[in-house]
Amino acid sequence: MEKELKLMKGNEAIAEAAIRYGADGYFGYPITPQSEILEYLMEADPEKSTGMVVLQAESEVAAINMVYGGAACGKKVMTSSSSPGISLKQEGITYIAGAELPCLIVNVVRGGPGLGTIQPAQSDYFQAVKGGGHGDYHLIVLAPASVQEMADFVGLGFDLAFKYRNPAMILSDGAIGQMMEKVELMPYQKRSEDLPSWATTGKPETRERNIITSLDLDPNAQEKFNQKLIQKYREIEEKETRYEEFQTEDADFIFVAYGTSARICQKAVQLAREEGIKVGLLRPVTLFPFPKRRLNQLADKVKVMMAVEMSAGQMVEDVMLSVNGKTKVCHYGRMGGMIPTPDEVVENLKQIIKGE
Amino acid sequence: MAEFNPKDIIKPENLVYRKSKVLTDNVMHYCPGCGHGTAHRTLAEVIEEEELQSRTIGITPVGCSVLMYNYLDIDMQEAAHGRAPALATAVKRLMPDRFVFTYQGDGDLAAIGTAETIHTCNRGENILILFVNNGIYGMTGGQMAPTTLLGMKSSTSPYGRDAATMGSPVKMADLVALLPGTCYVTRQSVHTAAGVRKLKKALKKAVEYQNKNMGTCFIEVVSNCPSNWKMTPVAANKWMEENMFPAYPLGDIKVPAGE
Ligand SMILES: Cc1ncc(C[n+]2csc(CCOP(=O)(O)OP(=O)(O)O)c2C)c(N)n1
Ligand code: SF4
Repeated sequence: MEKELKLMKGNEAIAEAAIRYGADGYFGYPITPQSEILEYLMEADPEKSTGMVVLQAESEVAAINMVYGGAACGKKVMTSSSSPGISLKQEGITYIAGAELPCLIVNVVRGGPGLGTIQPAQSDYFQAVKGGGHGDYHLIVLAPASVQEMADFVGLGFDLAFKYRNPAMILSDGAIGQMMEKVELMPYQKRSEDLPSWATTGKPETRERNIITSLDLDPNAQEKFNQKLIQKYREIEEKETRYEEFQTEDADFIFVAYGTSARICQKAVQLAREEGIKVGLLRPVTLFPFPKRRLNQLADKVKVMMAVEMSAGQMVEDVMLSVNGKTKVCHYGRMGGMIPTPDEVVENLKQIIKGE
Repeated sequence: MAEFNPKDIIKPENLVYRKSKVLTDNVMHYCPGCGHGTAHRTLAEVIEEEELQSRTIGITPVGCSVLMYNYLDIDMQEAAHGRAPALATAVKRLMPDRFVFTYQGDGDLAAIGTAETIHTCNRGENILILFVNNGIYGMTGGQMAPTTLLGMKSSTSPYGRDAATMGSPVKMADLVALLPGTCYVTRQSVHTAAGVRKLKKALKKAVEYQNKNMGTCFIEVVSNCPSNWKMTPVAANKWMEENMFPAYPLGDIKVPAGE
């Protein structure tokens, strides 16, 4: 079947991509600015076409635990929410990470803390990238910057999650979730009937029973398990780091930005260059793993790296760790649902340059 | 006189009882006299007799029975505290031809997991919820549970449970029986042979109803916790009969129409 072009909201693109990818199940709970994902799926009713199960849970806690149960059966299952709901999901997420199960979680971030605002923000970076729930674990975190990537990262997220038996998260924001863009959709894929050997599917005579758990009361064994997880995260860092560069070849200054902020910075690069300021952009596509090595290389030749985020400054800490003192790192951010303009970003860069 | 040799009588035709094949050889960690072991065994026998082993997926709780997967030779998932019905919901929706059950204590099911319990029953998920109510938090050392009886002492109700400040015992079976989603709600026990036989019958009905997709089956086992009740097993069972059973009367609360 042909690929299809459609004009869609980011949230709708996620929902449609999940059906087309052949996801087995979606479990969600309404919250702005991502309710369209659940609404779209309910309307599309894929149970009748592909067999994909869609269920509105009684809470985000229940939804993520449904994902846990489905993932434990080896099924391709997902959930989505926005910041306050993602906080509620953290218990389930750490169990899923601890049980080494693949699944996809979408966070269409809004401003916080608390109930905050329904406007877009990037203030859940720490929560997404550093763990979020308790214990030593990481998610694979993908940061889409367009409606196209919202759709594409559904498949990528599931593929990586299954490759590494690790939960993956799409860290988006209210702007990308709500805006409409042209998107090229993959053809419908049949849902796979093959289930992994570790899945709980009912124990046949021919194998030992499968147990999905995150519990080990023996500290020696638990430490070994933690080391195994770390090994896995190192491998993910080695093989799966993704980023994009824009006009970095001759840059004296570099913006580091993901998602919505990266789009703003791309425009800011153009504006600054019109004024003769040689600035480029590095856009992390994966936030975990973070493009540490590339930033460290770039630090050799640039004067300033400016992290631009819709937060009080979270990713900037990873930029600093990557650069490890080689060059100056600063941060520019708006919060509470405010989105910076490209002019604002350029102005801020000029102030920094003046201070150099 | 010929010497007695046990081998002479260990013959298939003399067999009156054997351990279920669905039970592993692992030594159970439960305290002497605890009802959990008997509840496990009864369930294992039903899984074997109904030939369900290859299509059963069980969900264990957080509580004393957290390690249930060590004792039953079936595929199992270990849930977070109170969340087993949410896992079971997805498992059954995604694999409708499997036999799916949760096994939960009263803290797990009636406190932290109340929302999951109620809504799973309300959606009428085609699963079995096997609820072991011992009126206390066993695993964490005897704290008050939502099911703790009025006046009953626990480590967090050292002067006895007071209705005015601590609420009254929650009768989960009666609550879920009100929901149209449940098709079978019953209270059973495992402290006598007769009780075990009745539980086994109830479990077999639950299997039948699940096979027919009739809705949620909720079986409560009113049980004991000798260790945290600070009683010998015999005294605990007597206390249970005299105090728990009046508050949680045994028998069917809801049966499918026409049964
Ligand atoms: C989120 C969370 N809170 C608290 C605990 C601690 N905890 C473990 S078991 C338990 C209560 C168990 O009691 P019950 O469900 O009645 O089962 P029993 O041990 O009596 O069989 C608690 C509070 C936990 N593991 N997770
Ligand atoms: S603490 Fe109570 S519930 Fe737990 S195993 Fe011992 S007797 Fe049973």
